Amino acid sequence: MTAQRTIPATVDATLELLTAQDYVADRRLATAVFLALKLQRPLFLEGEAGVGKTEIAKVLASGLARPLVRLQCYEGLDTSSAVYEWNYPRQMIEIRLAEAAGTVARDDLSRDIFAPRFLLKRPLLQAIDPDDGIAPVLLIDELDRTDEPFEAYLLEVLSDFQVSIPELGPIVATSPPIVVITSNRTREIHDAIKRRCLYHWVDYPDALRELSILRRKCPRAPETLAREVVAFTQRLRSMDLFKAPGIAETLDWAEALLTLDRVALDPATVADTLGVLLKYQDDVGAITKEVAERLVAEVQAEGIAL
Amino acid sequence: MLATRNSVTMLPRGFLADNVLHFVRVLRAAGMPVGPAKVIDAIAAIEAVGVMNKTDFREALAAVLVSRHDQIALFEQAFDVFWRNPKLLEKMVSALLPRVYSRADNTPEPPELPSRLAQAMRPPKPPEARPNDEDEVELDAAFTFSPREVLQAKDFATMTADELAQVKTMLARLKLPLPELPVRRTRAAVRGHRIDLRATLRGMTGAAGAVAPLAFRARVRRTPPLVVLCDISGSMDRYARMLLHFLHAITNDRHRVHTLVFGTRLTNITRHLKHRDVDIALERVTESVQDWAGGTRIGASLGEFNRRWSRRLLGQNAVVLLISDGLDAESGEGLEFEVERLAKSCARLVWLNPLLRYPGFEARPAGIRAMLPHVDDFLPVHNLASLTGLATALSRPTPRARAATGLAA
Repeated sequence: MTAQRTIPATVDATLELLTAQDYVADRRLATAVFLALKLQRPLFLEGEAGVGKTEIAKVLASGLARPLVRLQCYEGLDTSSAVYEWNYPRQMIEIRLAEAAGTVARDDLSRDIFAPRFLLKRPLLQAIDPDDGIAPVLLIDELDRTDEPFEAYLLEVLSDFQVSIPELGPIVATSPPIVVITSNRTREIHDAIKRRCLYHWVDYPDALRELSILRRKCPRAPETLAREVVAFTQRLRSMDLFKAPGIAETLDWAEALLTLDRVALDPATVADTLGVLLKYQDDVGAITKEVAERLVAEVQAEGIAL
Repeated sequence: MLATRNSVTMLPRGFLADNVLHFVRVLRAAGMPVGPAKVIDAIAAIEAVGVMNKTDFREALAAVLVSRHDQIALFEQAFDVFWRNPKLLEKMVSALLPRVYSRADNTPEPPELPSRLAQAMRPPKPPEARPNDEDEVELDAAFTFSPREVLQAKDFATMTADELAQVKTMLARLKLPLPELPVRRTRAAVRGHRIDLRATLRGMTGAAGAVAPLAFRARVRRTPPLVVLCDISGSMDRYARMLLHFLHAITNDRHRVHTLVFGTRLTNITRHLKHRDVDIALERVTESVQDWAGGTRIGASLGEFNRRWSRRLLGQNAVVLLISDGLDAESGEGLEFEVERLAKSCARLVWLNPLLRYPGFEARPAGIRAMLPHVDDFLPVHNLASLTGLATALSRPTPRARAATGLAA
C-alpha cells in the first residue's frame, strides 16, 4: 500500500490535486475542500443530482491515497447497519463453550462476549477506527434520504469523531477521517448537522468548465461534437424543466452519441437519445420535434460562447 | 477600525477579527442564523486560506457562514458591500432597524444597496390591502402595527374582539390527529415481530445455563409528514385570519409539518410559523408574503410546488392539505394536470373548501371541476366546528389509504 500523501497546503495545491485526478473544479469548490482538509471539518456538499458531489470523495481518496469508506443512506438506516453490530452467532458459540467448560464465572463471561473481537464494524466505525490505521475518506452519500433520528446520531460522529458503544465506551478516532457529506436536497437537513460542517453548494458548471470536463472524461469525442453536446445541455438547463440534466447526463449522452457513431448533432438523433439526458416523461414531452430542431439549429449556429 | 483588503495583512490580527465579527453581525441582522461559534470558525478559515486572494477569502467565509442554498445570494451581496466599506453597511443596518432604534431618530438617507440585501435588512412591505394604498412612507408606519391589528384590519367585522380572541385560543389548542403509519425503525417491544438478538444475548449472559427468554422489537409508528397548501387570494381573505392561527397551531403541534401559501405565487412560510409565539410568527408571515388578498393562479402555484417542493416535502407518505375555494383566475387552465400530479406524488390529498358550507354548493367553476376528481377528501373549512370535524375526518383512512395498507399487509 502506498503511503498516504500529505494534505495540500494551499488552495492552489488543492486545485492541482483535484485536476490531477481528472476532476475539473472551480476555485470556490477547491477552497471549500482545502478548508475541510485543513480545519478537519466535514464538508457538506449540496446540489442537484449529477453535478459531481460523490465524485469529490472518490477523487480525494485516490488523490490522497486513502481508503474510501462509503455509507449510502436510506430511510430507516440504523446503527446496526451504519455503525456497528455485535456478531451474535459467535457470541452464542462463545456462551455455549463457556457453559460446556463450566470454568468461566458469569461476570467474566458477560465482559468477554462484549469484547472488540465480537464487534462487526460498519462504515462509520470503520472510518473512526480503521483496521489498517490509515484515516480514510468517509463518504456519507445522500444524507437527505435517511430520516431525522439518524441525523441525530451523526452529530456525535461529526463533532467529536467518536462513536459510543454502551458495552465498550466511546471509541475515539486517533486521526480523524476526511468526511464528505452529500445531499440532493430532497429535504432540508437539520441545522445542527450543518453547523458542524463546511457548506458548499455545487452548481452546474458553466459551458467552459463543462467542455473541459467532457474533454477529460470522454477524450474520444471529436471537438465539434463535444462543443455541440455542451451547448445543447447548457440550453436545456436554462429551460423550465422538472429535472435539468447534470454533468453525469452530459457525459452519458456524449458516450451514447459516440456509440451511435455521430460526429455532430441532428434533430432525429437528439429525439432518439433524449432519454439519456432527461429522466422525466414530462420533460421528454416538452422537447418536441420542433423544439429539438430549433435547439440544434441554435447550437450549430452559435456554438458555445467562449 | 477600517481595514482595506490590501492592507489587512499588515495590521495586527485584532482588526481582521473585529471586521469578521462585524460582518457576522451584519449577516445576523439581515436574517441569517449565524451563531457566535461561527465567528471563531470564520477566523480560523481565513487564517487557513490567507487574505491574498479575494475569491478564496470569500469562499472561506461562505463555507463557514452559509448553511442553506437560499442564503448564498444574500451572503454574496453582503460580502460585496461589507468588504468594500464596512461603515456604510453598518449605517444601513442601524437605519433599517425600526424596533431597536427609536422612530424619533432622524434616520439618514440609506445609500444605494443591492436590492436583495436591502430588502432582507428592511422588514418587507406588508401586504397591500387596497390598490389605492398609501405611499411608501406610510407603508413604513405599518411596521409598528401589531399582528393583531393587521389581522383585525383584515377582518370583515363579523366577530367582536372578544369572539376573535376566543377563537384564537381555541384554535391554538386544536390538534390534527393523522393515522400513524409504520416506518422502518424499530423499538423494543414485548410483542414484536422481530427477535432482538442484542437484548436476548444480554439476557443470556445474566442467566447462563438457564433458558434465555427471547426479546423482540416492533416497528415504530409515526404520523406521516403533513404539507399544507393554503390559498390566500382575495376570495379567501376572510378565512385567512382564522386559518393562519390554525396553521400555526398544527405547525407547532409536532414535527414534519410544512406550510406554503399561494395567491399568484408560492411562498414557504414554514420557518416563520415555527416561531412559538403566534403573534411574532404571524407578523413574519405577513412580512414575507407579498401576494396577500390578490388574484389566484392555482394551476401555476401548484405547478411551482410540484416542480420546486414536491420532491423535497412529499416523501414518507406525506398528507397534503389543500385549502382553497377553487376559484381560479385562469379558469382552471393547466390545473387538472398539476392537481393530478400532486395527488399522485402524495399519499393523501385533502381539499378543504370554505364554499362547501353553502348547502346548494355545486362544482360549477372550471377550477373546481378540474380539481375535484383527483382529491381523496373534500371537506368544508369555514368555522371552528368544521376545523374540529377535520380532525375526525382525517383519522379515518381514505379508500386509497386503505387499499395501500391492505397491499402492504
